[in-house]
Amino acid sequence: MNLKDKFTELKTRDEGALIAYICAGDPTPEATAEIVHALVRGGADIIELGLPFSDPIADGPTIQASIERALDSGMNPDSFFDLARSLDADVGADVPLVVMTYYNLIFKRGLEKFVSDCVKSGITGIIVPDLPVEESEDLALQCRKYKVDLIFLIAPTTYPERMKRIAENGSGFIYLVARIGVTGARDDVAESTLSLIDAVRSTTYTTTPLAVGFGISTGDQAAAIIGAGADGAIVGSAFVNIIAEGAGADVPERVERLARELKAGCSRRPR
Amino acid sequence: MTQKTTTKTKFGIYGGQFVPEILMPAIEELTAGYEKYKNDPAFTAELDRYLADFAGRPTPLYHAKRLSKAYGVKIYIKREDLVHGGAHKLNNTIGQALLAKYMGKTRIIAETGAGQHGTAVAMAGANLGIETVVYMGAVDMERQRMNVYRMYLLGTEVVPVESGSKTLKDAINDALRDWVTNVENTYYLIGSVVGPYPYPVIVRDFQTVVGKELREQIMRAEGRLPDSIVACTGGGSNAIGAFYPFLDDEDVDLFAVEAGGSNLEVTGKAAYHSASLCTGELGSLHGAMTKILQNKYGQILESSSIAAGLDYAGVGPELAYLADVGRIKPRNVSDDETLDAFFELSRLEGIIPALESAHAVAYVKKAADTGELGNVVVINLSGRGDKDVYSVAKREGFESL
Ligand SMILES: Cc1ncc(COP(=O)(O)O)c(C=O)c1O
Repeated sequence: MNLKDKFTELKTRDEGALIAYICAGDPTPEATAEIVHALVRGGADIIELGLPFSDPIADGPTIQASIERALDSGMNPDSFFDLARSLDADVGADVPLVVMTYYNLIFKRGLEKFVSDCVKSGITGIIVPDLPVEESEDLALQCRKYKVDLIFLIAPTTYPERMKRIAENGSGFIYLVARIGVTGARDDVAESTLSLIDAVRSTTYTTTPLAVGFGISTGDQAAAIIGAGADGAIVGSAFVNIIAEGAGADVPERVERLARELKAGCSRRPR
Repeated sequence: MTQKTTTKTKFGIYGGQFVPEILMPAIEELTAGYEKYKNDPAFTAELDRYLADFAGRPTPLYHAKRLSKAYGVKIYIKREDLVHGGAHKLNNTIGQALLAKYMGKTRIIAETGAGQHGTAVAMAGANLGIETVVYMGAVDMERQRMNVYRMYLLGTEVVPVESGSKTLKDAINDALRDWVTNVENTYYLIGSVVGPYPYPVIVRDFQTVVGKELREQIMRAEGRLPDSIVACTGGGSNAIGAFYPFLDDEDVDLFAVEAGGSNLEVTGKAAYHSASLCTGELGSLHGAMTKILQNKYGQILESSSIAAGLDYAGVGPELAYLADVGRIKPRNVSDDETLDAFFELSRLEGIIPALESAHAVAYVKKAADTGELGNVVVINLSGRGDKDVYSVAKREGFESL
């Protein structure tokens, strides 16, 4: 399933999307598959799989550690696409997969090869946190050619002119960075996050769905964000924290439970 | 023309701005701020005063007679080791710290490898009364302990970086993360000609004072330009600073000497060297397209070198470009060759060089009798070796130090 169809489906049900991030290969590819299944059971609508890069400058300590575990387990772009292909076979019919990785891994593989590998393994969107719109032309060309969504980020520091440029160039969804900083779980929602959603809507008139990430970890936060008009909530570090803590067998259960709480928040529209 | 750029932010295919969106407005603000102040009379007058009275410029160009005799070419040494703080780094930190002040920033962050840049940031920050925070790899903190304490004395907070290889690359990662988090009031003062545009240009411009002085001094001493200029190259700031005013003088050969480490081998995770100009492949690291040490998947390799200040998996994008078009000549020397030169310069000239700078000396020793360097050679001696005395002594078995 692609992102457009997913957001359309959710809209008819009047729900916000739960977009769950985990890093592929943390701690093993097999564990990632189990966790993805747990996320989907818990109600995750879209899975964002991290392809681990050695120098993740946009990530905070939680996801940095996750990336290090994944690299230690031997995860690389080849095994990443193998894993994605098998996940797509399992859940891809209902749940779009997107990849989040840093530009050098894409560049090194070759832009066209990377994007066509995405298509072959059922990945429908690409998020590159160190690729601002200014540098994105070459990758965007390949994404258009293969009909893969290139998902851009808008930050609290992004001013209106840039918002417009980003909204014009991206597709799938727009990733709103909830706060100034790196990734990491927090327990509140900043007022500025809510106004950012408004600002993007009123500045760009975009029809592309808006999903908010960075710091969301509870159902109440998800509800607040969806209530403020976002189309989705992106949750990463809160899931990764569970993976980091648990050598135990209950990791999938705990992940599923958190997903269920978050999805309930996404479905609660206090309007 | 060697200085032609394909776009505003790139040198040929190198450079650019591969950074998170959150930083783009700050980078635009920096670009505008630099454009506004770089020729502002108040700014340049204040900078010149600092360079003269605080940094101790101009630094001498010294004819090293005994070294010349030993190596068989006429050698001049550009004495950046005499800059306040002990390295060329202060040329850049004074410039950028002043820029931060003019731009109204209240907090300066930086990364450091050898601790020379961190110390120079600390000095500039203390002098201008701006809060400074320096990120430093835990491995580098251990091998450059004196500089850690110097930064502490100067009132800087030194934050140990425990991720990855715990060296310069990881310190830059954490400095970037800090900047992402505190972008509103914070100025990121990068220490070499690396990172996203406009940093490679800003740092180059502030280091060009080295080459400008050198040009006048050699004309006075020799009545002509040198046949070659040799500089060690980590990120490449002392090299480009010395080279830049000579780029159009095609008869002056410019040698960028990288850290050859123990050998030029690599594993899937690490390189035994830091020779990214000599052996690196195109990729993006820390905001720029450049030549980097990476594995077949594009993961960045942990680099290594006896000199902490050269121990980096990337190199300035402009140097990568100048190497491609043949204007500069990338070379490398090993850790052992560097140590020999470190001792030799100390004993023949009474100058203890930084291990980084000793790479340039080592290359002159290695290449002098090939004729490649010509008859009149300038070594840009980027720093003094006080900071390295402890680790060299330890290597030599002087455990009591
Ligand atoms: C004395 C000295 N020389 C050279 C360098 C390398 O930097 P660059 O290549 O930017 O001159 C350093 C870095 O710390 C240094 O301390």
